[in-house]
Amino acid sequence: MFEATAQNRNNRKVEGLFRLLFLWMTCMLILPVALILGVLVYRGGPAISWEFLFTQPLNNMTAGGILPALVGTVWLVVVALIASVPVGVAAALYLSEYAPDNRLTRAINLAIINLAGVPSIVHALFGLGAFVIFFRFGTSILAASLTLAVMTLPVVIVATRESLQTVPLAFREACWNMGATRWQTIRKIVLPNAISGILTGVILEVSRTSGETAPIMFTGAAAFIPFLPQGVLDQTMAMSLHLFVISTQVPDVPEHMPFGVALVLISMVLAMNGISIAFRVYLRGRKKW
Amino acid sequence: MSAEPVTSDTADASAAILVEKLNLWYGDFQALLDVDLRVRAGAITSLIGPSGCGKTTLLRSINRINERLGYVRTTGSIRLWGLDVLDPSVELAQLRKQVGMVFQRPNPLPLSVRDNVLFGTRVHLPDGRLPKKAESDRIVEEALREVLLWDELKDSLDRRGTELSLEQQQKLCIARLLPVKPRLLLMDEPCSALDPAGTEAVEELIWKLRGDYTILIVTHNMAQARRASEECVFMLLGEIIEHSDTASMFLNPANSQTAAYIEGRYG
Repeated sequence: MFEATAQNRNNRKVEGLFRLLFLWMTCMLILPVALILGVLVYRGGPAISWEFLFTQPLNNMTAGGILPALVGTVWLVVVALIASVPVGVAAALYLSEYAPDNRLTRAINLAIINLAGVPSIVHALFGLGAFVIFFRFGTSILAASLTLAVMTLPVVIVATRESLQTVPLAFREACWNMGATRWQTIRKIVLPNAISGILTGVILEVSRTSGETAPIMFTGAAAFIPFLPQGVLDQTMAMSLHLFVISTQVPDVPEHMPFGVALVLISMVLAMNGISIAFRVYLRGRKKW
Repeated sequence: MSAEPVTSDTADASAAILVEKLNLWYGDFQALLDVDLRVRAGAITSLIGPSGCGKTTLLRSINRINERLGYVRTTGSIRLWGLDVLDPSVELAQLRKQVGMVFQRPNPLPLSVRDNVLFGTRVHLPDGRLPKKAESDRIVEEALREVLLWDELKDSLDRRGTELSLEQQQKLCIARLLPVKPRLLLMDEPCSALDPAGTEAVEELIWKLRGDYTILIVTHNMAQARRASEECVFMLLGEIIEHSDTASMFLNPANSQTAAYIEGRYG
């Protein structure tokens, strides 16, 4: 009565086959990441030193360090965050907590999705036209960061909205039924419980922003500037552009240097992601409802 | 049920809620049909009826929480202590201060027990006029004593409300309504998420609050309506079929549909 029939055996074989197939595909996914990291560590590792991180480039960027690029990337990311986080969080709060479900709201949501789909080179040209020329910021950290901010705004909005929506509706109802306004509810209940998700989104944005090249190329980043930026209206070097320049534009760069720059850049991004994941795990563990 | 029109707030002091000709539509669907209801002040009135009969809708119209859905349309009048709550000049925050609501699933806020109890007070006062430490301690103790939680929780006021047992959570949800001195408590199946012991404890509490508060309670559980209410309203398909004191409704229902429901032939 309970013996396997030919059909059962066949089913089991097919089952095993698909399992293997999907496992293989998953491994293929990890492979490039592992290879990239491996190659970067192997070939770029020897370039890394305190001197490399904390000194100026020398001899037409064929020697010395990457300090101005490192500092420039930090400037760009921080200014972009200052511009995009308040706007993004406020927009997400409106969309999630206030907006009625009508045509305008749907149009805004569509616009956000489309904004996320605009290619970065188009953002770059927009930034050039809007911030550099129209608003007369010139090619500067301010113009480049604002361009990055516009580009990453959808990420902030979507991440914020998602984390707002993980706060159960029952909490909001409890508040409203005690006569709390929407803003009181947001301030006392929704935001304190969504802040972890919002921060996670922000960190992800940082990691994405730090690697972008196209949007800053025309708007504020320069190939070589032998001093550190003093303010937001200065031009600056940046890690991503520096990597591009020494890999393709400058002759006689020692081979380990571009790999070293790439390794530093990817380490920055991975560190950010790691922080974000650790954060999420920690806060998820703390939530109890 | 009184049918004479109420013209001013001096009307019939014994009625806490007076609903007249209330019709309510969710979009095209009419959920309440010409509902007339008079709820006696200080009493516990239960609303019973099969799912979808409109009892929760009626409950939620009274503190106007239904309106949030946007596609709700209402005609008729709802008077609380003689005042029309559907009037555009009614400030919802004040209405909800007077009318507390308890939900089916206990929904304490993700704050400490103390902050849960103080939440209402804080919402209704400007930041500069929040009660001092001693005053807020008194508010917390008084509210928790009233819901019979003080002895259990007096040493754990800093625990999160969401970590308590369901019974304690539901009592806490009632406690947090009390500091703003509501006159009417609406309860939407307050025991349906609780185990039998919790149900008994919460029912006991509701019974104890009778007199100080007018209580309107929706329930699916007929035994509960019978045990824990003084008057009983039977609804069916958006209409009120029968309204009498609980004992006589269960012993001697006037309407054959009420009788059928009570006997468990449908619902």
